[in-house]
Amino acid sequence: MSKLLIRNGHIVDPVNNLDQEMDLLIENGVISKVGKGINGAGAEVIDAKGKLVMPGLVDMHVHFRQPGGEGKETILTGSQAAVRGGVTSVCTMPNTQPVTDNRQIVEFILAEAKKAELLHLYPAAAITKGLEGKELTEIADLKAAGVVAITDDGRSVMNAEIMRRAMEYARMCGVVVISHSEDLSLTEHGVMNEGIVATRLGLRGMPNMSEAVMVAREILLAELTGAHIHCTHISTKESVDLIRQAKAKGVRVTCDATPHHLTLTEESVIGYNTNMKMNPPLRTGADIEALRQGLKEGIIDAVATDHAPHSESDKDVEFDQAPFGVIGVETSFGVMATELAATGKLTWKELVLRMSARPAEILGIPAGTLSVGKPADVILVDPNKKWRVKAEEFCSKSKNSPFIGRELQGKVVTTICCGKVVYKE
Amino acid sequence: MDKKAILLDSDGIQRALVRISHEILERAKGTKELALVGIRTRGAFLAERLVREIEKIEGAKVAIGALDITLYRDDLTMIGHQPVLHKTELNFDITDKTIVLVDDVLFTGRTIRCALDELVDFGRPKRIQLAVLVDRGHRELPIRADYVGKNVPTALEERVEVHLTEMDGKDEVMLV
Amino acid sequence: MNKWTRKDLLGLEELTREEIEIILDTAASFKEVSARSVKKVPALRGMTIANLFLEPSTRTRISFELAAKRLSADILNIAPSASSISKGETVKDTARNFEAMKVDLMVVRHQSSGTPHLLAKNLSAGVINAGDGAHEHPTQGLLDLFTIREHKKKIDGLKVSIIGDIAFSRVARSNLWGLSKFGAKVTLCGPPTLMPRGVEQLGAKVTHSLEEAIQDADVLYLLRVQLERGSGKGLPSLREYVRLYGIDGERLKKANPDVLIMHPGPVNRGVELTSDVADGKHSVILDQVTNGIAVRMAVLYLLASVRGRNVKTTHS
Repeated sequence: MSKLLIRNGHIVDPVNNLDQEMDLLIENGVISKVGKGINGAGAEVIDAKGKLVMPGLVDMHVHFRQPGGEGKETILTGSQAAVRGGVTSVCTMPNTQPVTDNRQIVEFILAEAKKAELLHLYPAAAITKGLEGKELTEIADLKAAGVVAITDDGRSVMNAEIMRRAMEYARMCGVVVISHSEDLSLTEHGVMNEGIVATRLGLRGMPNMSEAVMVAREILLAELTGAHIHCTHISTKESVDLIRQAKAKGVRVTCDATPHHLTLTEESVIGYNTNMKMNPPLRTGADIEALRQGLKEGIIDAVATDHAPHSESDKDVEFDQAPFGVIGVETSFGVMATELAATGKLTWKELVLRMSARPAEILGIPAGTLSVGKPADVILVDPNKKWRVKAEEFCSKSKNSPFIGRELQGKVVTTICCGKVVYKE
Repeated sequence: MDKKAILLDSDGIQRALVRISHEILERAKGTKELALVGIRTRGAFLAERLVREIEKIEGAKVAIGALDITLYRDDLTMIGHQPVLHKTELNFDITDKTIVLVDDVLFTGRTIRCALDELVDFGRPKRIQLAVLVDRGHRELPIRADYVGKNVPTALEERVEVHLTEMDGKDEVMLV
Repeated sequence: MNKWTRKDLLGLEELTREEIEIILDTAASFKEVSARSVKKVPALRGMTIANLFLEPSTRTRISFELAAKRLSADILNIAPSASSISKGETVKDTARNFEAMKVDLMVVRHQSSGTPHLLAKNLSAGVINAGDGAHEHPTQGLLDLFTIREHKKKIDGLKVSIIGDIAFSRVARSNLWGLSKFGAKVTLCGPPTLMPRGVEQLGAKVTHSLEEAIQDADVLYLLRVQLERGSGKGLPSLREYVRLYGIDGERLKKANPDVLIMHPGPVNRGVELTSDVADGKHSVILDQVTNGIAVRMAVLYLLASVRGRNVKTTHS
């Protein structure tokens, strides 16, 4: 019987409407008691004075590159990076090599995650075989293997008929369809946001509408099929408006945005920094404003990082040739805490809602709360701690972060998963 | 406090230039096939003055050119500041002529070596002579002047400053 | 006195007007050198310059080659197919290898914008951008400024219209930067499909009407229509382009009587302009080519002196 008592911390658990100083007792990997002045007899005690105690974060969009891309990241190193960032549940994307489009690969991934024993890994599988956009995968079988979502992320499903069928089928199976919303014909050859900065730098741009056009399609198809569609990494004000309208109408659409889209503009690309190159690209201040507003209102349900590791030699090339993507799982809490909570634009409860409770709900996984009886996935956070993002401190195998050198305020100091301390600062 | 000594005043410069003009004409036995080429910037002004003097004496106009030797320096990378580029103007054929190079101060001789290098890129003069206003010694190359305004022994740390009306508002040569 | 301190020339956007003037004034002296019978000065003797042209080019490469040779430098020409890049070596590694052979200056042309910046960051050798993607072609912008200044004596207040495929043109961008810094009034003219977003914010007037661009223009700068570079999708055909934007003698009458016709070359006769305009009295296209050598000599000279100082300080 292992007991762990977290004492004197400030609990933030929006689902259970808790935002006060309380103790939390964990027994056998499960939350057994939440209240004031819990008796710590026989328990290992962690003094959380001055710290916030939150449910472990849920990052519903990460690329852990295994199988096939082990040079950039493995399930082990990705998990280590995640728990350092306070993330205890992840949903991994299927654009692995080979593509996660069949049961065998799903089982391999789950086995690797079990070996690492650091967090809860829920794989997403591909919508179409080989991500080719032509034939649906065996979604029911994949669900039985443990998949929680289907997506062709990395690519967009350009064929509306395929997306329609996928939605209908997924609805039956009870998995959420995640859409990487991009009209590939509008973004052809594009490497950054279309606009004045792209013109100055002589780079080809991807306009806002290339995302909005596809978000609109997904919303309409969701209306048609009654399915739940989740648009991931929303980056434009137009998408926010479309989703706001759709939600008002009762369409089952949810979405997430990344910390970098919520904080960085296209100007960061000046100087041809490839650590600022990702898809969708960094947009303008007006888009950031709209995203932040959407996040506050709940139009944007969740924050997800789209953690996309790439090796240094892959990224240190001409801007056009560099692959899209930045890592994010180790810095997401710090960035969100600094930019949003510290500036008063978001409360801690709202932050936990967006980074833990809502993504868990969307994926249908048992996380995001500190309810009694639930797995003890808990993080301790020092809201005042100032720290600088250093590449050499990353647990991730890759260092392609847009936040290197940045000073942040707010750090995860302890991460507990299933009652076991998996990260301590 | 700079210890300044005036080596040549306005009159002194004028007399030296008149004497040099006579000397040039004497050796050249007239103005036929004679040309003066001044080394920018002050050498070029001195060359112009010499041409005027020669015209006063002989009544004939002698060909004149100006060389900018910046691109021929051997110490390009050692200079603390960007050498300002002026233009070389040699609008006549120098081949088979007697060229008198004109400069204000002869010191190490390196400037004259650059001028010689540049000059031979333009043609093959019959002979090249050198006229300077001041020779301050300390040659680092085997170069000597044919016509000298004033010989002034100097210490290495000292500077010889030539001021000409065309550029500096007054005529004088100072030892600093 | 102003002096040139940059190790690299990557674009005109980041230069001050004074810095550009240093280059143009220096170029004036070099123009004289090309007019001599012995077209050589020993200024850069012993320096090694590499032409890393990873996008095909003849005239710019030759122009740089002549400029280097007239300064007595040694110049290497690396063609894309012959380079190890075709074997999968990265651009950065290729350049580093040349640096290991003690190359002093590298002239780089590449189809990806920002490549010279990547190299400049990683090399101690000086990098000169000879054209990167759609970003900039600074020596072209400089020689164009030089040519305008030569003919018009000043640039402030001149109406300059740049016509054609602006979106994919690095020459248009460099000229926009250069001309704006010198107070010219720039008009960009072309079909909306070939006009980059946000360009009005950079201080240029934008029009799709050729008439508006020609009216009272002091300089007409004609861009090459580049169907091979992606402007293909923005234009249904060359015929349409000629009808809307081709310059011929009739259209030219609406411009100022002393209008200059300029073009970065190579010229598509019958497309951007008719033969009689290309060869007519307004055309200074060949002057641009002559001035290109002088300007490139100036750029090599100025960057070489910075390089020389840097090399000396690492050895002393």
